Amino acid sequence: MSQQQRIKIARRIAEEFEDNQIINLGVGIPTLIPDYIEGKDVYLHSENGLLGMGPTPEEEFVNMDLISASKKPVSVETGASIFDSSDSFLMIRGGHVDVAVLGTLQVDETGEVANWAVPGQNILGVGGAMDLVAGAKKIIIATMHTSKDGTPKLLKKLTFPSSGVRKVDMIVTEHAVFEFKDEKMFLIEVLSDITLEELKEITPASYELSTKKLIRV
Amino acid sequence: MKKLLKLEHFSELIKDGDKLLVGGFGLSGTPLSLIDEIATSGKKNLTVVSNNLGEKGKGLGKLLVSGNLKKAIGSYFTTNGDAVNAWSKGELEIELVPQGTLAEAIRCGGAGIGGFYTKTAVGTKLAEGKHKMTFDDGDYILEKAIKGDVALIKALKADTLGNLIYDQTGRNFNPVMATAAKLVIAEVDEIVEAGEIKPEEIVTPHLFVDYVVVTKYVKEGGRYVEPATTN
Repeated sequence: MSQQQRIKIARRIAEEFEDNQIINLGVGIPTLIPDYIEGKDVYLHSENGLLGMGPTPEEEFVNMDLISASKKPVSVETGASIFDSSDSFLMIRGGHVDVAVLGTLQVDETGEVANWAVPGQNILGVGGAMDLVAGAKKIIIATMHTSKDGTPKLLKKLTFPSSGVRKVDMIVTEHAVFEFKDEKMFLIEVLSDITLEELKEITPASYELSTKKLIRV
Repeated sequence: MKKLLKLEHFSELIKDGDKLLVGGFGLSGTPLSLIDEIATSGKKNLTVVSNNLGEKGKGLGKLLVSGNLKKAIGSYFTTNGDAVNAWSKGELEIELVPQGTLAEAIRCGGAGIGGFYTKTAVGTKLAEGKHKMTFDDGDYILEKAIKGDVALIKALKADTLGNLIYDQTGRNFNPVMATAAKLVIAEVDEIVEAGEIKPEEIVTPHLFVDYVVVTKYVKEGGRYVEPATTN
């Protein structure tokens, strides 16, 4: 069930992509997305220094010096390029990456994201999360609507440390799609059989119904 | 070849308390042989600047076991349980830096630039205590350049002058680190005659490289293994 929901999120996000976009996919649900980008020419950017990342190779072609940001073996697409870490983050920070799809711990109702640290736990890893939040042209959050124990993730205010002041553009969960405009959150699609009342109950963040016709998929 | 260094003489170039820039992303593009030498050298109080500390018991992870480290500066240590434990027990200092800030700080260190303003981490815990500036398009924080005493890098191939090329994404932090330390030592799989690597293919020009060491590891099935374990 949960894997089906994760795939639903991945599929829905893939619909957002446009031809010729440069896309950076974070860890977690975003890693499922490449299987669902059908018929679109997009270029996957990996922050360890690769543009034109391809699928997992057959075992005989594995080279652990050709890996993704999740440190898994990958292949290269025709026309791929390889560069060092400073150029890779120049691309990210400098606004040359069109879309970053990120997992998250929490998002608040203005679109501020917390996706690197949990209070009270050791804070020993940030990776490229803050660079992507600061620099990608469009940020889409891929997340389950609540954490495993049912704790809401879409909140009025973050309780976990922020990843930056830059606001995200869209959230896709197994239940709904939200868009942000001028730091306001709008429900634009319902993706499950959840009622609007039930959705409200698991979503402490305030949101408005989109002025466009609300789509129920 | 002037710059050729024997692996067994390498650790003589390292002093207690040195700050080492060590290339790699996880174990990819990591100078595994040089790290092994440090692990058995008895050197103390080293600071390592590297994206990660390898993996548990592998790559830089070995230096946690052998007790050479005082401090680690990098972006992601959570996946190495030994690093988390050493930090919890107060045996290891950790300075967390966003990955892009780390790369740019090292690039500046090698480029004669003292620091730079970035929008990464503005408004977060990692910006605390850092100078803030408002530019036309928003707020930025000041990050200082990073330089090392010694850079340990991993390349695929050197020529006899010390020009380097890298294997795929094993390039990662290695080219910037090669510019930012007083002494730069490159571990390579192979040394070829000058001229065999075309000028337009060279990634790290030889002026950055002080010594070249041939790795003791061999690549099998796409992974580096120690020859002793492969028969």
